[in-house]
Amino acid sequence: MTPALKVENLAKTFGVGGGLFGRPAAGVRAVRPMSFEVATGETLGIVGESGCGKSTLARMLVGLLDPTEGSIEIEGRALDNADPAAFGRLIQYMFQDPVSSLNPRKTIKQIMEAPLKRLYGMGRTERDTRIDEIFDSVNLRSEFLDRYPHEFSGGQAQRIGVARALAAAPRIIILDEPVSALDVSVQAQVLNLLRDLKTEFNLTYLFISHDLAVVEAVSDRIVVLYFGAVVEIGKAEEIFARPRHPYTKLLADSAPVVGRPLKAPEQKDSELPDPLNPPPGCAFATRCPRATEICREKEPMLEPHGGDQFAACFHPLE
Amino acid sequence: MMFLRLLFRNRLAAMGAIVLAIILILVLAIPILPLQDPDVIKTSDRFLKPFSDGHLLGTDHLGRDLLARLLHGTRLSLAVGIFAALIAATIGSAVGIVAGYFGGRIDNVIMRGIDMLMAFPYILLALAIVAALGPGLMNALIAVAAVNIPFFARNIRGITVGLAGREFIDAARLSGMGHGRIILTELLPNVLSTIVIAMSTTVGWMILETAGLSFLGLGSQPPQADLGSMLGEARSALITNPHTSIIPGIMIFLIVMSINLLGDGVRDALDPRLRSGALSRPRAKTIVDRKGEVPADDGKGLLNLQSLDTQFHVSNRVYRAVNDVSLFVNRGECLGIIGESGSGKSVTALSVMGLVASPPGVVTGGAVRYEGEDLLAAPYESLREKRGNKVAYIFQDPLSTLHPLYRVGDQLMEAIQVHHKVTDAEAKQRAIELLMSVRIPNAESRIRNYPHEMSGGMRQRVGIAMALANDPDVIIADEPTTALDVTVQAQILALLDDLRRERGLAIVFITHDFGVVAQLCDRVAVMYGGRIVEEGTTTDILDHPAHPYTKRLMDCVPELGGGKRALAAIPGLPPMVSDLPPGCAFAPRCDKATEACRKGEIALSGSETRAVRCIHPEEEIA
Amino acid sequence: MGPYILKRLISAIPVLLGITVIVFLIMAMIPGDPATAILGSYATPENVEKLNRDLGLDKPLISRYFIWLGNMLTGDFGRSFSLNRPVLDEILERFNATLILAGTAFVICSFFGILAGVISAARQYGFADKAITFVVLIGISVPSFFLGMMMILLFSVNLRWLPVSGMYAIYGGGDLADLARHLVMPAVALAVVATGVIARLSRSAMLEVLRQDFIRTARAKGVREGRVLYGHALRAAMVSIIPVLGIQAGFVLSGSVFIEIVFQWPGVGRMLVDAILTRDLLLVQGGVVFVAACYVLFNICVDVAQSLLDPRIKT
Repeated sequence: MTPALKVENLAKTFGVGGGLFGRPAAGVRAVRPMSFEVATGETLGIVGESGCGKSTLARMLVGLLDPTEGSIEIEGRALDNADPAAFGRLIQYMFQDPVSSLNPRKTIKQIMEAPLKRLYGMGRTERDTRIDEIFDSVNLRSEFLDRYPHEFSGGQAQRIGVARALAAAPRIIILDEPVSALDVSVQAQVLNLLRDLKTEFNLTYLFISHDLAVVEAVSDRIVVLYFGAVVEIGKAEEIFARPRHPYTKLLADSAPVVGRPLKAPEQKDSELPDPLNPPPGCAFATRCPRATEICREKEPMLEPHGGDQFAACFHPLE
Repeated sequence: MMFLRLLFRNRLAAMGAIVLAIILILVLAIPILPLQDPDVIKTSDRFLKPFSDGHLLGTDHLGRDLLARLLHGTRLSLAVGIFAALIAATIGSAVGIVAGYFGGRIDNVIMRGIDMLMAFPYILLALAIVAALGPGLMNALIAVAAVNIPFFARNIRGITVGLAGREFIDAARLSGMGHGRIILTELLPNVLSTIVIAMSTTVGWMILETAGLSFLGLGSQPPQADLGSMLGEARSALITNPHTSIIPGIMIFLIVMSINLLGDGVRDALDPRLRSGALSRPRAKTIVDRKGEVPADDGKGLLNLQSLDTQFHVSNRVYRAVNDVSLFVNRGECLGIIGESGSGKSVTALSVMGLVASPPGVVTGGAVRYEGEDLLAAPYESLREKRGNKVAYIFQDPLSTLHPLYRVGDQLMEAIQVHHKVTDAEAKQRAIELLMSVRIPNAESRIRNYPHEMSGGMRQRVGIAMALANDPDVIIADEPTTALDVTVQAQILALLDDLRRERGLAIVFITHDFGVVAQLCDRVAVMYGGRIVEEGTTTDILDHPAHPYTKRLMDCVPELGGGKRALAAIPGLPPMVSDLPPGCAFAPRCDKATEACRKGEIALSGSETRAVRCIHPEEEIA
Repeated sequence: MGPYILKRLISAIPVLLGITVIVFLIMAMIPGDPATAILGSYATPENVEKLNRDLGLDKPLISRYFIWLGNMLTGDFGRSFSLNRPVLDEILERFNATLILAGTAFVICSFFGILAGVISAARQYGFADKAITFVVLIGISVPSFFLGMMMILLFSVNLRWLPVSGMYAIYGGGDLADLARHLVMPAVALAVVATGVIARLSRSAMLEVLRQDFIRTARAKGVREGRVLYGHALRAAMVSIIPVLGIQAGFVLSGSVFIEIVFQWPGVGRMLVDAILTRDLLLVQGGVVFVAACYVLFNICVDVAQSLLDPRIKT
């Protein structure tokens, strides 16, 4: 079966410095070449801390950023950067900040209509029926359509965001920290809604978050990013329970868990390497308790470590 | 309508509008007013004083009627100024939007060009343009419009850059919109108010500038006269016949002042930040205006909050952020306050030392006792002496809570030196020790860092070091790890726990995270809608939550290790503290709620250490 | 610090070149034969021919620009036909007077503007705030040339305290006290508008800063309120006030044109206006480029001051 999304050697380097017409003086590798696949109907979780490149990755996948190298395939077809509408009909994005993602000067109806008009060229009556259908599935009342975004709470605004993404009838939705701006009691509402919609519309999700517990609760498989590179991929129920990469273990040990005594997990240094001047070898080596000579010289490759779990480490945990 | 009402609530703006309206009506009525021809010269009548026969405002050096000239000149000045403003605003805004939206190289090239234009003092550019095109009112208009384009371009670009980075622009692109459509339908409506503000605040200035060029003899040419050239012509007779100068001068002043007043009013009415009174300066200490009696000291704890009420008064709404909250904390104890945003947990914490921004915050009742002394009644100086010395704070976002322009060492030294008379060398030594105590490596060199040169985790360590500077008895930590990555959070929490045990600190720890509470706190208070709904020891609350809210909130939170699963959700939304329902604030969302839950006060019942505010608790508390 | 100043100086080069390009292009807009237009009423056949030769006016636009630029770089700004002396000599002599006037006004408006703004913010909604706001409102609405004329009427004609006009210290051999007496009125008239603008911006910058989290931190530390206001808050507010000072310096320089006319001050501004009216375009061209270049250099000083204050600006 062709995967819903296939990413091969996708990478992004941002230029830094350089003058008006000059070439950038240096490059920050926000995303190092990475490859992965997402099966149809799967939820792939992506976790990582600030600066790991997860948002850059997401923006490349929906065509908001051009990749420096590599390719993106959706259902077997390579995506053409030249046509944003082609992107929009296949893959949509749900934003972190529910308020900032809605234009404050437009009614919800105008916001909802844009993708239907621009991507599908629908007429007025057709649009109205479609919007009603979508609003029904996300549990929003149709009287909201004439209101402006500031009249809604974060949770409601996030539902409107979901509704807009659904209006494009995409195959895949990228969820970029969709609940981290919401209160805990509202978070669960949105997460459950997303789960129901996935079944209803046969969607594929990429769920990006810094919250391990949330990612674990919604994903089938999880990708762990560190410093722009994939360090580990595995099944959701396995990866934090039996991490192979020391960084994944550090993450899992750091998450506050009721009943676990408070102790700072073992790590030497809490700092990320300087992105302008990255060290050779494994980026985690400076913090890693297991690091040896080879870790500081060679960059480890993703290799299978039992079953579906892959880790990029010379000294994986058993 | 809303806008006009806001505008005219501002009395100065209304005054400006009235003056401007009178001037405009006079000017528009020129064709029907019985005015003399402004250009008829009659040298025998030169320099007639005001109120002379047939010349209400007198005559000028050529015997022309000043009233007629004044009104015609005013019309000309207004027309030219407004027209120049429109041209400058249109071109400047278009350039600014394009530069801001596309960014990158286009932005770079355009803005370098704008910077070049701004490198001229404006008059030089205007003079050069007039020199090239020749003196004349039309050329002056072009010059004034041209020199004001950079102002609009810069202003609008700034706003556009901010907007273009907002997610709704990305969303529009994903909806399949092209650049042109995004600029016109997504960006323009959002920058329009800024353009209007910029225009209303600069049109007066542009009228002045054109008048200035005419004053120099470079604008309107005789016999046509705007206000500036009237003033310029009258200047030679300033000493002998001052009225010919004063009359046009006052007219310019009136026009510009009324436009400025109106412009300020427009700005205030359009700027939502000013509308809510947010630009008020917070006072050194929260206003205390206690209605009713101050509760007597009940001798609990080291720090003891008794029936504290803190409210925000914004225009005529009252936000009851903290509502009858009683808490205490003992030496060496860690008390957690847990709640969602808007539950009042942070405001409770800030009320202790009078740090709630005021206005709009007001403490309206209760007492805050430190070692028995009521801090709310304490004079400012006595409160200040305790701030940081007896009770210290750690705040959420260490980047915004440290002063960006002082070295961290200096900020630490200041914290010490406001409370202790020590030499700089001693203070510096102490600052280094403090940084070492929060495990910052290379403390000797780190004290010379500015906050922006440190990582988030390091900055928060500095924040903690600053709180420890004077060996306080109580530390109030307001979500100190929320802005941090999870691996850093674990380190900071462990550090706080060690420090509390080493130093016997009392900690009040505010958070929304049950995992954090469970690991660090001895006792917990759960807040909802400004009230404490449940309190007890951490184990009691976590193992046997009594309030339905506590129980259901814990169910909402996924915990690591559970695998993929459905999550329990609470329907509905947290209440607005400006509009609390009677009875239990949680009742609308609670599946156990009955009629009794929706009326009257529901008391917090139980013992000193375990209490719940619920008629139908999940389980009876011991 | 050294590298930063050097960097700023280097980055000023394209701006300075840009200024010459803009001025050159504006002058190239003059319709008809450029030499005749530049010479205006002095366009005798010999003069036209001489100018054509000097400036290479028969050549294409680009080479004309480089000839002009090259001449300027060697200090040759051309010769003023109306004054019959080298343009640069005239400018240098006049610029001295402008510098005294505008410099004094700039010091006045910076000091009183910031002072008034800070007091206004510290006493928000109090009597001082309201009084300052009112005075500032009048100050920014009155045209400086009109204000100057009214000051002459009041202080020179009615009260006879100060001289009407002129500046003799340099040309008439007067002493410093004489200069000061002549300087007071024009400098104050020139400073009024800028003082108002700076006061307004300082007030809002202070109010903005006072709501920041780090002010709450300072208070939570127990820092005295005076130091919170005049240390922590003012320092942070200066970050947004200093660029305004740079912009206002440009306005002061601009305003000096009017003030020089009103008070017969022998500065560059009056020279430029006279030159335009006599269509002595080489003098206009030279004067504009020279003053603009000085303003660019002044702005570099502003940037350096800013970088001394704000460590976040990369050196």
